[in-house]
Amino acid sequence: MKTGKKVAALAAAAAVALSLAGCSNGGGGGTAESSGSGEGDIQIALVSKGFQHQFWQAVKQGAEQRAEELGVSVTFDGPAAETEIDGQLQMLQAAIDKKPDAIGFAALDPEACIPLYDAAESAGIPVVEFDAGCSSEYGQSIAKTDSLGAGALAADHMAELIGGEGEVAIVGHSQINSTGVERRDGFVDQMEAEYPDIEIVDIQYGDGDHLKSADIAKAMIQAHPNLKGIYGTNEGSAIGVVNAVGELGLESGELTVVGFDSGQAQIDAIENGLMAGAITQNPIGIGEEVVQAAYDIINGETPEEVIDTGYFWYDKDNMDDEEIAAVLYK
Amino acid sequence: MNASPVIEKAPKVGETAPAKSGTAVTFLRAKLQQSLAFGTLIVLVIFFSIASSNFFSWSNISSILLATAVIGILALGTTFVIITGGIDLSIGTGMTLAAVMTGIFLVNMQLPLIVGVLGGLATGALMGFINGVNIAILKLPPFIATLAMMLIAQGLALVISGVRPIYFSGVEGFKNISLGTIIPGLPNAVLILFLLAIVAYLLLSKTLFGRYTFAIGSNEEATRLSGVNTRKWLIVVYTVAGLFTGFAGVVIAARLDSAQPQIGVGYELQAIAAVIIGGTSLLGGRGSIMGTVIGALIMSVLINGLRIMSIQTEWQNVVVGIVILIAVFTDTLRQRRSAT
Repeated sequence: MKTGKKVAALAAAAAVALSLAGCSNGGGGGTAESSGSGEGDIQIALVSKGFQHQFWQAVKQGAEQRAEELGVSVTFDGPAAETEIDGQLQMLQAAIDKKPDAIGFAALDPEACIPLYDAAESAGIPVVEFDAGCSSEYGQSIAKTDSLGAGALAADHMAELIGGEGEVAIVGHSQINSTGVERRDGFVDQMEAEYPDIEIVDIQYGDGDHLKSADIAKAMIQAHPNLKGIYGTNEGSAIGVVNAVGELGLESGELTVVGFDSGQAQIDAIENGLMAGAITQNPIGIGEEVVQAAYDIINGETPEEVIDTGYFWYDKDNMDDEEIAAVLYK
Repeated sequence: MNASPVIEKAPKVGETAPAKSGTAVTFLRAKLQQSLAFGTLIVLVIFFSIASSNFFSWSNISSILLATAVIGILALGTTFVIITGGIDLSIGTGMTLAAVMTGIFLVNMQLPLIVGVLGGLATGALMGFINGVNIAILKLPPFIATLAMMLIAQGLALVISGVRPIYFSGVEGFKNISLGTIIPGLPNAVLILFLLAIVAYLLLSKTLFGRYTFAIGSNEEATRLSGVNTRKWLIVVYTVAGLFTGFAGVVIAARLDSAQPQIGVGYELQAIAAVIIGGTSLLGGRGSIMGTVIGALIMSVLINGLRIMSIQTEWQNVVVGIVILIAVFTDTLRQRRSAT
């Protein structure tokens, strides 16, 4: 009897815990690591740059979708912050030790991963890449966005929106990792090459932290009274700029804000005019393609060396187009 | 709990703290330290005003004050902890967890505004209470106990939010907690910072709790032997710090109009730096709320000024680091001098 009661109490507690977890997740993906799709004998281990940003959640979603279609299992790991290069390498090492059929890797640092690629090679595990590659020759295929091109597209739209002349600034999310560098360089190079009357007066970095990016943007606006536009290179940076515009009480359109990636806040900001538009990648596509590439290699096929998953400009006018709506995530 | 004998003993405890160098010297030293920090702040403001014509304007000063709010509130709470000779590393991610819980209460559960805000504050206080129990009762070193809590809070914030930001856009009036202007031109977050600073000042300098906070930091063993229940008061200290963390969580959520589960790491170090620049000793037994407020202002004036001057982000970090070094160095120098 006593044990019966205990079990009942435990069950009740578990039920409460589950319902709490359920409501707090809002029906969202949760944090389970494996896709639980089928009993698939084929195991693909994905080691990402992170998992906390919605971008990575969308990559994970795409990976799990494709895994389910193909009947394989995927695991998805990533460090807590995109600065934890060492932590990511340990995850890659752990993935190699588990001896999956293939590994998918998104490198935080292109050099530090080389010894582990050698280890994967001697263990006979094929490696495919997504988002950002490793300098090793062993990586067999990469699914990613052409970040330089995406940055240039942002520059084209910024130039058009401000009428081809004036001062602009950039709030970056990283001066180290490749996406941060390339989205910035793509923008800067395009401005220098095509729009001689536009001057980039300041570039600062807020680590993608919304609060820090807002304070940076406010200082920029303060320091450059003639500033016509700010480009934020990821979701946190762009929303920081939008918050700054809101806090300073600028009229919508007084400062042109161009963002990157999607997320509810950016979609809202574009709808209410605080942000002119943004570049979106195709994170779900990245997740799908990396799993597909791994699957192809396991089955003896050769996927393309570089799979460009594409990027798009979106604004108020085309947000609801089917092609765009499919790659936006909230 | 019979409080009266404790109160009787309080003055004695108060005397043990400054006994080393004498009350008058301690008092002077505290004043000097504050005026030095205050002088630094003035010098920085003058320097940046000359360096950039865009620095000294009401709109920029208002931006600086708003940028101080979150770190400042965290720093107020952690001042108590550092005066006891402890440290609290959990305030950054704890703030994030408090913000996320506020979101759960207000957005997912649709509770009334005041209930949700109190829930966020209670989340912070609860974390602080657990820190206090771990440190005072289980005798874990503060560094380890709060490091563990830092990780737990970070993980829970992600799990509970489902690794997604929670948006408060549907919650009427929430944003105004930080961005409304009861005093025209001054964001409410700044008002909250100043009100909390006054509360913290009164707590630290006018109450028994404040005196015990200093006493524990000067000599925990002596304080205990003189009949003070140091374990209980340590728990109270960490709970108070947790409550301030809760306030910071609500303020940052209201300012961003969202709970961002992935931020928070690193905020604790900025808050601790503000406390140290303000002259509170990491060794415990010495510190002031006024100093902490000035320390937090020095940090944000410095960062804002460097940004206005378009100094590269990398160099901004270097400069802030050097300022922390100078602050701590002059502090040890003063201590050495007054010890001889």
